[in-house]
Formats: sequence, C-alpha cells, structure tokens
Amino acid sequence: MSLLEAKDITKKFGGLAAVSNLSFTVNKGEILGIIGPNGSGKTTVFNCISRFFPLTAGELYFKDKRIDQLPAHKICELGIGRTFQVVKPLRRMSVEENVMAGAFLRTSSMARARQKAGEIIEFCSLDKYRHREAKSLPIPLRKRLEIARALATEPELLLLDETCAGLNPKESEAAIELIQKIRDAGMTIIIVEHIMKVMMGISDRILAINFGKMIAFGNPQEVSNHPEVVKAYLGDAYA
Amino acid sequence: MELFGQTVICGILLGGMYALIAIGMTLIMGVMKIINLAHGALVMVGMYVTYVCFTNYGIDPYIGMFIAMPVLFLIGCLIQKYMINRLVEVESILPENQVLLTVGIMLVLTEAMRLMFKSDYRSVTTGYSTDTVYLGGMSISVAMVIGFFIAMGFTLLLHLFLTKTDIGKSIRATAQDRDAAVYMGVNSSRITMLTFGIGAALAAAGGSLLLPLFYLWPDIGHLFTAKSFIITILGGMGSTMGAAVGGLILGIAESLGATYISMGYKDLVGLVIFLLVLLFLPGGFRSLARRL
Amino acid sequence: MKNVNLLLKLLLLVIVVILPLVIKAPYQLHIIILIFIWAIIGTSWNLLGGYAGQVSFGHAAFFGVGAYAAGLLQFHLGISPWWGMLLGPIAAVVVSLPIGVIAFRLRGPYFALAMLALGEIFRLLFINLPFTNGAKGILIMPAITTKMFYYYVGLAALLLTVGVTYYIIHSKIGYYLVSIREDQDAATSLGIPTTLYKNYALLPSAFFTGLAGALYMNYVAFIDPNIVFNLTNVSVMVIMVVMLGGVATTWGPTVGAAIYIVLGEVFRTTLGSANVLVFGVLVCLIILFLPNGIVGEIDMLRGVLARKKEGAAGGVKV
Repeated sequence: MSLLEAKDITKKFGGLAAVSNLSFTVNKGEILGIIGPNGSGKTTVFNCISRFFPLTAGELYFKDKRIDQLPAHKICELGIGRTFQVVKPLRRMSVEENVMAGAFLRTSSMARARQKAGEIIEFCSLDKYRHREAKSLPIPLRKRLEIARALATEPELLLLDETCAGLNPKESEAAIELIQKIRDAGMTIIIVEHIMKVMMGISDRILAINFGKMIAFGNPQEVSNHPEVVKAYLGDAYA
Repeated sequence: MELFGQTVICGILLGGMYALIAIGMTLIMGVMKIINLAHGALVMVGMYVTYVCFTNYGIDPYIGMFIAMPVLFLIGCLIQKYMINRLVEVESILPENQVLLTVGIMLVLTEAMRLMFKSDYRSVTTGYSTDTVYLGGMSISVAMVIGFFIAMGFTLLLHLFLTKTDIGKSIRATAQDRDAAVYMGVNSSRITMLTFGIGAALAAAGGSLLLPLFYLWPDIGHLFTAKSFIITILGGMGSTMGAAVGGLILGIAESLGATYISMGYKDLVGLVIFLLVLLFLPGGFRSLARRL
Repeated sequence: MKNVNLLLKLLLLVIVVILPLVIKAPYQLHIIILIFIWAIIGTSWNLLGGYAGQVSFGHAAFFGVGAYAAGLLQFHLGISPWWGMLLGPIAAVVVSLPIGVIAFRLRGPYFALAMLALGEIFRLLFINLPFTNGAKGILIMPAITTKMFYYYVGLAALLLTVGVTYYIIHSKIGYYLVSIREDQDAATSLGIPTTLYKNYALLPSAFFTGLAGALYMNYVAFIDPNIVFNLTNVSVMVIMVVMLGGVATTWGPTVGAAIYIVLGEVFRTTLGSANVLVFGVLVCLIILFLPNGIVGEIDMLRGVLARKKEGAAGGVKV
C-alpha cells in the first residue's frame, strides 16, 4: 500500500525548475532513498513534501489525502516528520526540552511529554546529554537530536535529509544503525544522502534524480547499474 | 493645474534631497544588515553642524555642508567601530537588540544636541532663502532647486565611487555576500566602518541641503528616520538607484499629501503607506529579511 | 534548599505587603507604585518579546488603549474609571487582534518595524479622532487619593500578571513559544502553528499591558496621546526595562523596572536636563555589556555551578 504518492510535482524558482514532473510512490514500511548529484533537487523534494515550499504544479497524497494545499504545520500533524540538512536545533533549550517540544504535538500534559521525550532520548542513545543545551552539542549529536525531535511528533513517514553528511565513518555507522532501528519500529522513511554506499546498504528502493528529473527508480541494484546514474555521478566517460 | 504642477515639481526637488539621506541609510543597511534607527539623528547632527557654521562663522550652508560631512563621517566611523561592531560578538537571546542599540545612539545624539541648543526651533536665513524662480505660473524656491542639483550630483558621484573604485567595489561585494568578500581578501571591518562613515556623511549632506527649507530642532531626526525607511523599503534595501527613485516617489507623495490632505492626518498617511509597503512590496526587503 | 527558597520568597512577599504600613512617605510609595506599573508592562512585553522572540516596538498601543478606555469612560459617560480596570485590558486585546494579523506576517526586525509603525499610528489616531479630546488629553478627578490604596491595587495586578505569565510559560504553550523564538522553521517542522501561538503570546501580553494602562489612568489621573502612546518613553522604555532585568525570566522585568524607575528618579533630581542623555548612554551600555539582563546573567553564572531546575523550556528561569 502506498503511503505517499507524488504526481507530477514541479517546483520552479523564478524560471528555473528545481524539480520537474517528478512522480513516485512510497510504500508503507520501506526506506526510500533519493540520490542525485549536488543541486539536483533532492532537498527541494523534501521541502515540497513538508510544504516549506508551495508546489508550482502537481499533487501530493498522503494516505490518500491530498496534502499539497495544507500549511506546513498540518503536514507534521498528519504524520510526516522531517529533519533539516543544515540542522536547526532549538539552541537555548536542553536536549530533553527539544524533544518535548516535538512530543507536545500529541499531548498537552507536561508529564506525558517529558515521559515520552525520555523514551525517545533513550531510543536515540542521547541519555547522557539529556540536560545539555542543544547549542553545546557537537554536530553528530545535533543530527541525532533532529531525528529524536522529529520522532517525538510520532510520524508515520520520516524525511531524513543528509543525516550522515559531515560525519566520520564511525559516526555515520551509528547513524545508519539508528535509521535501521527506526525502520524496525515500523516507520516509513525517505532518506536523502550523498554517500552512495550508505544508500545502497539501507534503501529498499532508490529514486535517482538529476536536474530535478527522475533518471532511475527501482531497487538499489538496478539503480546503481543504470547508465544514466553512472553518468550523473561519474561523468560521461564511464557511461 | 498650476497648483498641481507646482506641487509635483516641489515634490521631485524635495525627493531628490530625501533620496540622498536614504541612500546613506540603504548603504548602511545593505552592508551591515542592520536597521539603523539613529540615521535621522545623524541627519539632525549634520544640520546642527552646518547651522553653527552659518550662525557663528557666517559660512553659507552649501559650503558648510563640506564641513558637516567629514565631521559626520568621523562620528559614523566611531559609532560603527566602538558600538555596533562590538555587538556582533555579544551573545544574546534577542538578535533585535541591535535595533535597540541604534535607538540608544539616537537618544544620545538627540539629547546631546538638546543640551547644547535647547529645544528651540531654529532656521537659517540667507540672501536667497525667500527667492523663487517662476516657471509658467508656478513659483519654485531657489533653495530647493540648488539643493536638488547638489543632491543629484552627490548621488552620481557616489554611484561612480561604488562602481569604479576598488573601495566602492569592496563595499558592494560586502553587501552582496560578506563571507565571500572576506575570502576574496576584503577587510570587512574596515569596509563596514567606512560604509557607516559614508552613510553618515551623506545624511549630513542631505540635512544641510534641507536646512534652508526646514526648521531645525533636536527631534527632527525622527522625521528623517521615518522618511529614509519608507524610501529604503520602497526602493528595495541596499539599492542606490532604488533609493533615488524611492526618494522621488516619497517627495511627490508627501507634497501632494500636504496640498490635498489635512495636516493632522498627514503623518498618519505616511505611516500607513510605510506599513503597506512593508507588507505588500516584498521587492527588496524579503530577500534581506531572510538573510537577517 | 527548596524549603529555604520558598521561605525566602514568602518572607519577601510579607515584606512587600507590610511595606506601606512602615514607609508612609507619599514620595517613596509613589515610586514603588510606578515600579509596579512598569513591572506589569515589562512582564507582559516579556511574554511576547522575551519568550516568543517577537520584539515589539509598539507596546505603547496597548498601554494607551488601556488608559484611554478607562479615561474615556469617565470623560464621556461619567462612569467610574475603575471599570476601566476591566474594560481597558479587554479593549487592548480587541486592538491586538488586527495588530497581530498585520504584524505577524513579518519576521524579526521587520516585525519590530511594523509594530513601531502601528504604535505610532495609534498615537496619531488618538490625537486626531473626534472622541478622544485630541492632544489636550483627559483629566479626571480621582475619588481615592491615598497612595496606600494604589500600592495594593498595583501589587495585586503585578502578582496576577506574573502568575498568569508563569503559568503560561510553564505549560505546552511556553515550550512552543520558546521553540518559535529559537527557530521558527524547526518549530513549524514539529507541527507548531507558529502564527497561532504568537497570538497566544500577544493576547495576554496586550491584556496586561492594557491593565497597566488603566491603572496608570486611575492613579496619575491625567493622560494625553503623547504620554501614553509615546514611542521612547513607553515602547522603547519597556524593552529597556526587560533587557536590564532579564529577558525571558520570571522576575527580570520587575527587577528591571525597579532599577529603572529608581535610577530615573535619581537622574532627574541630580542631573536636570541631562537625564535623558544619561538614560541613552545607559541604554547603549546595557545592550553592549548586559545583553541578557541582570537576572539572566546571574542565572547564567549560577548555571555554571549547578544544573538549573526543571520546569520550563530553555532560557526560562525562575
């Protein structure tokens, strides 16, 4: 069953089409990877789904409900959580408070929110930093905090934007572990990542885009051997 | 019809001088990304310098302005170097305290002038103060005409400075992208200081040109701050040409307003326009708003 | 430790309550009443500006509307201006609704500018509207003149304001407001309807500022648009009060108000016409050297030694 469906979505900035006529579906319980070279429109796709940008054309359906006209905060309420490529921690709030801010979407009780935050902090292995101010965390932990905060809103679909970018191999391994743990907990994930290896390992299906257009869509094996993908990543000589 | 023509021409002439003040503000805003509520106070201080030159030493305002400009240049540099620049390093919950700092500076400048000159209304009377030229049936003040042309001259000079000289290019580069400019070897703290100085000097020039036409008292600064804001936002932040056009528009609108709208509501109309522009003319200001 | 703290607070409350029975000097009581009024405005401003991060340069609009609501009752209808203590806050809230619609379309410094313009628009409106008695203002004959009475009314209003603000901040709304201040995009991504919650901060903020205005009208008995809608002496002053005392702290605005009013009096009596100049210098110094206020910085220093108490979202201190 498809959880999210994008029909011919297009986003133009001025005359430039960052995303054009992109159609894809996301199935419940899968990890869908979006790959593409720098500036190919990956993050724009995220921003369109989470309604940070209005679509220029096209339609988006989440659980068969049309969502492309809704305000951004409603998207989250419906069950789509997201992280940002450039992390946006609530700087002067502690890790716990950050996560609580997310948890308040589903409860108004302080005690409930704190309890829920505790569970998620533990799930994300952030217990040691529970009372640290977010601005004092190093980048890998900030990225983890972004995920924790999004999880607190109890999403069915989680959009992860470059969770491993800027992390060393050991740190990104830990991040991947967390992502797999989230999937095992039953969540559907769309992930944008730069590092091909990461994507191949964890994605069930991969959507490859370049210049805002789809160039391949299928299981990792198919996509990685697709001539267009090879060309986009390595240049014409290798195609 | 003659009344209308005269109103419009007066508006354009006045607008040219407003534009000079606003260009100073837009320059500062563009480079430093700050909202400077002390700008009008700088205009006011410049006017007092020219005023003192005139009453104490008999120096004509159009010459006095060349004394006022370097004085204000210096004041501007000092404010930037020792106050606004400092604030960048201060970690605060509210980034808007930058706006508040300029309010503080405005208060200090205004009250310092009040201490020296009291709150009295002052004006300069020169030989040509009351002279008018006639154009058809329309009478136009000579001081306005002179002021307008000097203002236009300065605008042109500034434009050449910004486009042709190295310092000017560095200023524009810093306004566009400070980080990139720094990587290219621009000394950004020197550039911001210079920019603030130039902005203040232009404020002084505009103020001096308006001195023969306006009463001078310490609180007149608010008036000029408001006008510069309207112009800057009309013209799109950071754009010299935009500010020049915005100045002319405001001059005409104000002049028409003074002729056709009752006095009491005049300022109100200005503020409402300001709000509307802020809300509905996203031209220059939105892009800046994102960067702030 | 907790008990000692509570005991200290109770002791302070007792002192404040019996204070007017000890100092009977009208001048001293007058100063304290002014401090109460400013502490109310500061606490209200802090809710919107300090916690939600929406720095308003137009709070004079709410103060003035509150004051005029009380004054006009007496002026036109001969009704006791004490009803204004009820009507003033309501009028301020009514006014704040369209103001919110307009100003919350803008962010950061542009919000600040829009609020500044709106505040000034109200001043000009009240000078020019036909029913406000214009720039001449409104003078009433107060029925009660004992300072002690106003002292207790002011104290009660302040405690109410601080109490309600405290309650709001230590709830879901408080967490949401601080989230919006820290990063509006992140807040949106967590499903927070940011404009709605900004209004949740604006409405009580306007309400209590209006209350302070109504109290001011009753106490001082004379207002005109250039006093109560004043940009420098009300809108900017309240920001200074909060910044000096402590942005996003419970008692910061009260501490700030006390210092400001007392300093202001000292300046006025010792420096004569230079007092505003010194005030301006002070403004600059505070922003440069005490950007988070006295209570804010003290807490920061203490925070280095001991973890802060739980209870409310970041930057929220008790």
